Amino acid sequence: MMEQADKFGRFGVYGGAFVPETLKPALEELDSAFRRFIDDEDFQREYEDLLRDYAGRPSRLYYAQRLTEHLGGARIYLKREDLNHTGSHKINNVLGQVLMAKRMGKKRVIAETGAGQHGVATATACAFFDIPCEVYMGAEDVERQYLNVLRMQLLGAKVIAVSSGTQTLKDAINEAMRDWVANVQETFYCFGTAAGPHPYPSIVRHFQSIVGREAREQILEIEGRLPDAVLACVGGGSNAIGIFSGFLKDTSVRLIGVEAGGDGVETGRHAASLNAGTVGVLHGAVSYLLQDENGQVLGTHSISAGLDYPSVGPQLSYLKDMGRAEFVAATDKETLEAFRLLARTEGILPALESAHAVAHAVKMAKRMTKDNLLIVNLSGRGDKDVHTLAGEVG
Amino acid sequence: MSTKGGTERIEHTFQQLKAEGRTAFIPYITAGDPDLNTTAELVLALEASGASIVELGVPFSDPVADGPVIQEAACRALAGGVTLMKVLKMVEELRNRSQVPIVLMTYYNLLMRMGLKRFAQEAYAAGVDGVIIADLPVEEGDELRSYLDEVGIALIPLVAPTTPPERIQLIAEKARGFIYCVSLLGVTGDRTELPPDVDLLLNRVREQTDLPLGLGFGISTAAHASAVAPKADGVIVGSAIVKRIAQHPDDKDQAIAEVRQFTKEITAALA
Repeated sequence: MMEQADKFGRFGVYGGAFVPETLKPALEELDSAFRRFIDDEDFQREYEDLLRDYAGRPSRLYYAQRLTEHLGGARIYLKREDLNHTGSHKINNVLGQVLMAKRMGKKRVIAETGAGQHGVATATACAFFDIPCEVYMGAEDVERQYLNVLRMQLLGAKVIAVSSGTQTLKDAINEAMRDWVANVQETFYCFGTAAGPHPYPSIVRHFQSIVGREAREQILEIEGRLPDAVLACVGGGSNAIGIFSGFLKDTSVRLIGVEAGGDGVETGRHAASLNAGTVGVLHGAVSYLLQDENGQVLGTHSISAGLDYPSVGPQLSYLKDMGRAEFVAATDKETLEAFRLLARTEGILPALESAHAVAHAVKMAKRMTKDNLLIVNLSGRGDKDVHTLAGEVG
Repeated sequence: MSTKGGTERIEHTFQQLKAEGRTAFIPYITAGDPDLNTTAELVLALEASGASIVELGVPFSDPVADGPVIQEAACRALAGGVTLMKVLKMVEELRNRSQVPIVLMTYYNLLMRMGLKRFAQEAYAAGVDGVIIADLPVEEGDELRSYLDEVGIALIPLVAPTTPPERIQLIAEKARGFIYCVSLLGVTGDRTELPPDVDLLLNRVREQTDLPLGLGFGISTAAHASAVAPKADGVIVGSAIVKRIAQHPDDKDQAIAEVRQFTKEITAALA
């Protein structure tokens, strides 16, 4: 099984770099800079210092005893990425990429965002490194994640609402790519998920792999053994590949990605590309894709803006085909129930994205015993979602 | 007129123009905007008013290389139910009435979905001469190129202002038909000023190849066309035409008449 992409950025048949020619030299520049930096001790030291002192790493692996006792099954651990600075795992990747931008002498950073977590993290890192920042965000997401729009603006970033196409994450990426084509020489595109053209899936996986390394060490220290399963929500897949990468070689550990089931995968109103997609190319990579029989990309639906994406990172597609990872879906309804349950039992408001992973963990745990261990990547916190959830209070 | 199709028809067209000392005019329209019947009429009108090669954009839901004008045209065409297969059918029917070289311009996913080999066969059967894929850099193109080579259809590559000389060489080695030189950093769209450094780009590509060079992106007026005509073998105009079509959603005859008029202005500027 391949753990790294080949030199063309392929994981088996997945990945690659299907981009306009204008961007190809920039991706090659990025790839060679990335290779240089990951072997550069000075870069590594600065990055690790930032993760510790600024982002607050390592994040805790927390035994959710009350949730566990409530369900009466497997013991559930939460990898608390929600406690990082800016409130999600996104900061891990962004600090790495914006540090690269700074060292590459780029004058401007652009990013796309769905739920706004990557946008907020990028705006934060750009404020910290004093680089101008512009964030593309689908107009629908601007509305449903307005708190994050305000956060980005307070941090000095310019938020550009994208009203083309479906007005969600996919269209924000289209527009960011168009910006990059026009301004490629001075602009660094800080890509938020482990998808997109090579080398982004490898860069994002690299900077998110800290989550899996820590989680593995922590569970061994606390429990003296590996978990039965590791669960993570999957939109583009950065938090999933981040935590999975730490356990790829541990074949006894089931890796379970939870996609956005929306109204139910059978209804067609969802964003579950690995569950219901076919192989195609969107945003530069071959991967599973929600598309019609003519190759047009389908609109997606999810209560969570961060998972509302019709494709997925190429390495996850590869892990699916290899049988190394399993992919399931949680519906909006199941997700809301899991959100409420975690809030009431543990006093933790998870991001709606992460609540998908919690929802499936709830299902699994009930069928297991207290001798079983589950780790859920709690990739972000739910403050940003209180607006969406206002109608749920009662 | 040669009865040969594909790469040979494109080559033959450029040779003939070269012998006459003319620059090719290569208009782009989005297939199916406003509908496929009108597209067929537009191709005939373009040919009759002096176009040497016609580029047909096959609409894709996520056109990252296109600016708003062509994005919106693609949206309209998709809303009307246009598919790659329907465009091929339209080209096939058009072949009874026109032998103008036809080049499809689209995105890779549509071909992948159909199957690369099947696409090559269907495109050949329809009478398509060349294919431009906006998101297919040379490294990813070998499989499609081999299928297109089998049927004699040109996979026309793009070169951008950012492409370094060693990449230009690699692209030129694998190029068929002509090389599409992207005049500027950015997406398709009309612009008021002609992009700077066009000469620089054309010279850099010219050093590496004898293939014809088509220049596109941002060329919007007869004055632009006439300014670049001496330097390029072909001038590609897209958004400026698509925009004229979009201005007359309810009057196809008027749209066709304006495109005809505009084409005459451009070809006169290129003569």
